[in-house]
This record gives sequence, structure tokens and C-alpha cells, in this order.
Amino acid sequence: MEVTLTHFLIVSTILFCLGIYGIVTRKNAVMVLMGIELILNASNINFVAFSRFGNFGLQGQLIALFVIVLAAAEAAVALAIVLNVYKTFVNVNVDEIDSLRD
Amino acid sequence: MNESLLINFAVVILFLPLLGFIVTLLLGKKVSKIFIFENLVMLIGLILSIVLLIAKVTTFNNVSISSEFMWIDMGDVPVIGQIQIFLGLLLDDISALMIFVVFLISFLVHFFSIDYMKGDIRYNRYFAYLGLFTFSMAGIVLTHNLLMMYIFWELVGVSSYLLIGFWFEKKSASDAGKKAFIVNRIGDLGFLLGLLTLFLTYNTFSFVEIFTEISQGNLPLNSEFGLTITGIFIFCGAVGKSAQFPLHVWLPDAMEGPTPVSALIHAATMVAAGVYLVVRIFGILTADAMLIIATIGALSALIPATIALTQNDIKRVLAYSTVSQLGYMIMALGVGAYKFAFFHLITHAFFKACMFLGSGSVIHAMHHEQDIQNMGGLRKKMPITYATFLISAIAISGIPLTSGFLSKDGILAGTYAFGTLTGHWYFPFIGFLVAMMTAFYMFRLIILTFHGEPRNKEKYEHAHESSFIMVMPLVVLSILSFFIWYTPNPMDPEAGWMYSDWIKNPELHTPENLRFGFMQSDVTSVITPPGEHRIMYSETYTAALHHVHGSAVFLSIAMAVLGILLAFVMYQWKKISADILADKLKPLYKFSYNKWYFDELYHKIFVAGTIGLSRLIAWFDLKVIDGIVDGSAAVTKAFSKSIGWFDDNVIDGLVNLTASVSAFIGLIFSKFQTGKVQTYIIMVIFSLVILLFLFKSF
Repeated sequence: MEVTLTHFLIVSTILFCLGIYGIVTRKNAVMVLMGIELILNASNINFVAFSRFGNFGLQGQLIALFVIVLAAAEAAVALAIVLNVYKTFVNVNVDEIDSLRD
Repeated sequence: MNESLLINFAVVILFLPLLGFIVTLLLGKKVSKIFIFENLVMLIGLILSIVLLIAKVTTFNNVSISSEFMWIDMGDVPVIGQIQIFLGLLLDDISALMIFVVFLISFLVHFFSIDYMKGDIRYNRYFAYLGLFTFSMAGIVLTHNLLMMYIFWELVGVSSYLLIGFWFEKKSASDAGKKAFIVNRIGDLGFLLGLLTLFLTYNTFSFVEIFTEISQGNLPLNSEFGLTITGIFIFCGAVGKSAQFPLHVWLPDAMEGPTPVSALIHAATMVAAGVYLVVRIFGILTADAMLIIATIGALSALIPATIALTQNDIKRVLAYSTVSQLGYMIMALGVGAYKFAFFHLITHAFFKACMFLGSGSVIHAMHHEQDIQNMGGLRKKMPITYATFLISAIAISGIPLTSGFLSKDGILAGTYAFGTLTGHWYFPFIGFLVAMMTAFYMFRLIILTFHGEPRNKEKYEHAHESSFIMVMPLVVLSILSFFIWYTPNPMDPEAGWMYSDWIKNPELHTPENLRFGFMQSDVTSVITPPGEHRIMYSETYTAALHHVHGSAVFLSIAMAVLGILLAFVMYQWKKISADILADKLKPLYKFSYNKWYFDELYHKIFVAGTIGLSRLIAWFDLKVIDGIVDGSAAVTKAFSKSIGWFDDNVIDGLVNLTASVSAFIGLIFSKFQTGKVQTYIIMVIFSLVILLFLFKSF
């Protein structure tokens, strides 16, 4: 059996769904960030897969590289925010940190 | 002396009293002696009027001098035409004589008042009012047109009102002033209608122009009836001012004013203004109008004479006598005895003013006692007042050698001749009857006041002859009551200069067919020079007058003597007791004593009627008008209430509904706003999935 684009897409879809699931279900902000990483990686798989099976040259791979860099930067900033949130509220539970709502 | 100088004299005479009035009124409070100025002004006026009279009867005997200026120029008024109103003065035989009489009596009254009014708190103002009155009266006398006459007519009414109500602290005095003014207004309404009719027809107020138009055959309202009714309208003014029946009620009440005022206004001048007005318009009266005038005059002569028989107030007797004598003059004018009427106006002015001032002198001496039942015997205490009063009474009774005889006899002869010519015998009948009554009540007054024993000892003891200032006018006026000033022959007025020269028969302007038969000018074929008056009476009239003259003289003397004798029999010698007679004729006595119940009648009809009408109108106002207003208010209120309900429930309900719908929706949607990012994400993804399904084209 040959590995086709569909298989990649199925993998990335599963990954995306897992990411979503992680974001939605986890209370811990760090876990939510990990869900976001999963979603980003699902999109990376899509980019690379479409680049491999389409006639785009290396554009997909390049964008995937950018996304990885961005994800790293995002993780750094987000973790810094989480640390500050923790400093302020003494927890990182996203359900409880809703003081902007009032 | 030329005509323009004479007119200037007249202007000065007219405005002198006004000057006196203004100065005295303005300085009255500051300068206590200012009344001397007013008296001085009147003296100058008197001297000027004497000069005027002499100049008029000598140099300018046959001319009437007039001068006018344009007062209002309204230009060319649509429909009516050119309207220009002129004011001006007219000097003819009657105005020159009249202005002299007015100023003479006015001056004497001013002089008399110096003592009579002494001590009054409004002393100077009294003289100011007298000045205003004299000004108004001079205006009436000297005017050459009806409008100016009407203006001064009203001014006379005002000054009369001020003077009657001079002691306005007394309710009766202020009431009398009001009564005089209001009753006069009724007559003045007629006067106004008359002069407006004339103005509408001829576009002018001037006597001369109106007369000329009428003699050319242009009648007011283009009908013979119009001329009659105009004459009667203008006569209405005279009825009011001269206190003729049925408007005579104000004059006796006017006696509430100071006595010199009664002498000036209510005996000699103001009440004479009515007669003067009729004299002025005599030339345009039709036979019908004259008959009405004569009838009114006769009634006014008769009714007050019967009232005067029983009155006990010295001034009221004189007041009713005045009305009666004015009635004589009006009656004389009505029957065509023009000269005699005007002559009587003058002679009556002198002796009646004398009697009024005499009564003032008595009242002053008796310390404001006016009831003759409390007098008596004053002859010894006040000889000069008595003598002058007696002379005047003899004059008014019509005893020969007096002026009153000349004029009264003339009037009686005139009515007599009128009776023979037209068959209206009741005029001479009333005339002679009134002559007797006049003699009777005048001597009743004299006997009760001056003769016999004093009935009030205490007041009698204090009585004294008045001072020179008060006696002098009496003497002057009583001297003027002798015949010698008017004619050299005491039995025949026609022999004198007054008749042959001073008073002239006026031109008649009424169309021939509207005159009395005896006034047809069948002698006018004699061409008269311009400016000279036409002869107005036919030869039949002159003949009739001469024919009856002898018997009229006899009858009038007989009547006067009879009246005087009766008075002496009843009051001096007490052969017939007045009380028993009054008791026997009780209804008649009561009727006369209560003045024919005229005041009560008028009070019942007019005053009560007016009040009743006012009540009715007030009821209408309260019930109907107010009802309509209240009803509309109630309707508005109910309407507003329903609108308010609609507003509260429907409009507000809609607004509230919108609000609650929004609130409800907001409530629902606020549930989605949890503030939790994870919920949002679920929703986003959920929506995304739905959108994908909705728009899937694959």
C-alpha cells in the first residue's frame, strides 16, 4: 500500500482534533498551550504534505519552518504570560482567571 | 373800532376765564389769595363784554361778525367727500347780549362767593371751577358752529358736575352731581344724533352754512320729516341742559351745590344754555317740531310749578320755579314768540340769580338752615336782602314796572296769539295758570321766610344782615329787574331799544310749507338789504299779537295779583289755614309734595330696570356663558383623560414591550458570554462545522 496525501491529511486531522480537545478540556494553561502546539504541528503536516504532493516546490516546507519558529516564540511568550498569571493569581486554571469579564 | 378788533375782543373774553381757571387751579394750594386773581379776571371779562355789547348794538347793529379757522382737515374722504372742520366765533345780536349776561352774573357770583365760601377748605379750587364754568359757557354763547357748541356743552356739564358735587364729602351732594351728569347725558345723546344728522347731510357744522343749505331746499335725510326730527334731536340737548320735562329731575337735586353755584349755573346761565340752543336753531324748526317743543315747555312750566307750591326747602322752591320759568321760555319758542323767549331768558337770569343769591344770604345768616318752616320774621334782621328778594319776586310774578312783567307778559301774549291763530288754547291756559302759581309760591316763600314771627328763635337771634360783598350783587341784580333798563314804557316792551333794536327776529330757513300758517313770510316781497334779517311773521300774526295784547296784559296782571293775594290770605293773614287746606286736598298735596313721584318713578323704572337687566345679564353670564366655558373645560378634561390613558397604556406599553423584548433577548445572549475562552472555542468550532456543512460545495 502506498502512502497518499489522504493518509497525511487523516493524521493531521487527528492531530488537530487532539489539539482542540486538549485546549477545550484542559484547565491548566500549560496544557492548553500544549494543545495549541499540537494544532500548529497539524498544520505543519498539512503544509509539508501539500508541498510534497502538489507542484509548489519547497514553499510548504519553508512555511512549516516559519511556523516552527513562530511556535517556539509563541511558546516562550505564552509561558512568560502563564508565569505572570501564576504570580498574580497563584494558579494557572483558565476557568478561574476571568476577572476581565466583570 | 372795526370787526376784527371786535372778534379779538371775543377771543380774549372767551379765554380769560380759562386763564383764570388754570392759574387759580395750579396756584390754589400755594397762594391763598389767588382767588383775587380769578375775580379780577372776571371783572376784566365783564368790562370787555360790556364794551363788546355796546359796540355791537351801536356800530355793528345789523351785522353778524364771524371768524373761523380750520381745525381738522381730513382731506378727501372716500364716499363722503371733502371733510374739513372749522371752529370759529360768531357775534350777532343774541350772542353779544348773552355773553354780557353770562359775565355779569358770573362776576357777581364770584364776588358774592368771596364771603359766602369763606372758610371752605377748597376755597381757591371753588373759584377755579367757577372760572372753568364761565369759560365753557362763554364757548357755548360765542361759537359759530354746532360741534364747538357740543364740546363746550359737555364742558359745561363737567363743570356743573364738579360744582354740584363740590362738597363731595356729603353723599347727597356727590349723588346729585352724578345724577345731573347722567341725566344730562341722555339729552346730549339726542343733541349728538341731531348734529351728526346735520353733518352727514351738509358736511359742515357751521350754523350759517347749514341754514343757507336749508333755505336752498336741501333738507336733512332729504325729507321734511328729517328736518323735523333733526330739530327735535337737537332740542333733546336743550331738554337735558334746561331741565325740561321729563329730564327736569336733576335740577332740584343740584341744589346740593353751594348756593352761589345754584345762582350762576342752575338759575341764570347753564340752564339757559338749552334755551339759547333752541334760540340758535330757531330758524330751522318745522311746525311739528315747534309744537312738540311748545308742549314739552308747557309741561315743564306746569308740573314744577305745582311742585313748588308745597316745597319747604328755600332752594328747592327756587329750583322748581327755575324749571317752570325755563319751561315758559321753551314754550314761548315753541309758539313762535322768539323775541319774548330770549328777553325772558335775560330778565329771568337777573331776578332769579338775585333770588338765589338772596337765599344764599339767608342761608348764610341762618347758619345753613334751608327749611322755610324754621325761618320767618327775617325782614327786620335782613332789610336789604328782603328788599332785593321782594323786588325779584315781584318781577318773577309779573307785576308792572318790573322787567319780569315785560317779558312774561310778552310770552303770555305770544301763547294767546298762538291760541287764536291755531286753536291750541291749552298753551295760553297753562301759561296764565302757571303765572298765578308762580306769584303764589313766590310770595308764600317770602312770607314764610321774611314775614310773621320767627319760628326758630335761637337761629333768628343769631341772624344778621350779610356783609357788603354779599349784598352788593343782590342790589345790582335787583336794580336790573326794573323796566327802565329795557324800555321807557313800562307797559309796552316793543317801545324799548331792547326789542326794536337789540334783539332781532331771525331769518326763517324752514321751507314755507313746513311752517305754521302765521309764519309764512308774506312780507318778504319787500327786498331787504343783504345782512339784514328778514321779517319772519306774517301780518296776521302781528295783528293777532296786537289784538290780544290788551287782554293778555290785563289777564296776566290779574293772575299775578290773584296769586299774591292768595299767598297773603293763606300765610300772612291766615284767613285760610294752609294746613287744613292741605288736609282737605291730601292726595293732591301729597302728590305735589312728593314731586309727582318722578324720582320714585324713575328709580322704579330706570334705576331698578337697569339693575334688573344687569341681574338678568349676570345670570346669563353666570349660567350660560360660564356654563359653556365650564362645559368646554369638562369636555377638554375628559378628552385629556382618555388621551392620558391611551398614552399610559398603549404608547407606553409599546415602548415597554420593546424594552422587555430587548431585555429578554439580552438575557438569552448574555448566557453565551461566559468569559471562558474554551467555551468560545467550542462555539467557534461548532459554528465553523455548521458553516462548512451549509456552504459545502464539495
